[in-house]
Amino acid sequence: MNTASSVSGMLSGQKVLITGAARGIGAAIAERFASAGATLWLNGRDGPSVSALAELLNQRYGVSCSPLIFDVADEQQVKAGFRQLFSQSKTLDVLVNNAGVLDDALLGMVTQRQIQQTFAANTFSTLYCSQYAVRMMQRAGHGSIINLSSIIGRVGNSGQAVYGGSKAAVIGITQSLAKELASSNIRVNAIAPGFIDTAMAHSIGEERFQQRLDSIAMGRIGSADEVAKVALFLASDLSSYVTGQIIGVDGGMLI
Amino acid sequence: MTLEQLFAESLGVAVDLVHDDLTYQSIPQWDSTAHMLLIARMEDEFGVMLDTDDIIDMSSVAKARQILAKYDVQC
Repeated sequence: MNTASSVSGMLSGQKVLITGAARGIGAAIAERFASAGATLWLNGRDGPSVSALAELLNQRYGVSCSPLIFDVADEQQVKAGFRQLFSQSKTLDVLVNNAGVLDDALLGMVTQRQIQQTFAANTFSTLYCSQYAVRMMQRAGHGSIINLSSIIGRVGNSGQAVYGGSKAAVIGITQSLAKELASSNIRVNAIAPGFIDTAMAHSIGEERFQQRLDSIAMGRIGSADEVAKVALFLASDLSSYVTGQIIGVDGGMLI
Repeated sequence: MTLEQLFAESLGVAVDLVHDDLTYQSIPQWDSTAHMLLIARMEDEFGVMLDTDDIIDMSSVAKARQILAKYDVQC
């Protein structure tokens, strides 16, 4: 990652929770925010991975970085996780609702379990975490919530009715909460990544991988850090008058 | 601080207006916005984090007292 010195300190003093931070886009956001001086809580289900990343960022950037292990799809675990966070800090400045799953299937092959799990991880988790985070942000008198949607949530795609539906719902949540929370000085925005170089992108098979590349105007896959840079913008005061927006980070991808 | 004092300060009303039968939205000062500020104040004052269900259930001063008792807060 090329960390420009100009972003150093941009999030100094800001308390941030990132869900799904163990790998991929979540880990890239964690590193960007650490380089900008944020105090971080990193959430994930995989305790050792999250703890290792927290330790790495702590050593590399000298910031406070703590693991927070819970499953965002489980409301009881979210409650327990926030209770743990609350015991360490009464306020929160930034929440990044990044955790999510991808489980594609044509409509006739979609199981009830897939629907429930996908919406629990991608959509319900956004509501659960926002609900608790907003209480901490209201106490601080300000806040920024950054939701990770997807280009599939904006324009849809064959075989992705469930995933696309869950991510489209994130857009509705974002736009509604932006209106509800503006008077509390809490901004709510979403990022809609296109094809990003993560393990999730490489799980779709070689043929579909190439098809996706061919659909991108810029002719290349995006990096997780390119998503993280937009998240940094939305977390910082650079976006102080931006709320209710869905920002595509997709290199001009057409589906 | 007593629970009545906390309610009075949070809602901006006289303390003698606060009694166990005072209910949510029965006075203009206790609206949904004030309710969330009241919750934050209670959490700060008593060192607890309330469940979402508790926030929804907190429909009166008496109910608030009852909910806080669940967290071993006597007031």
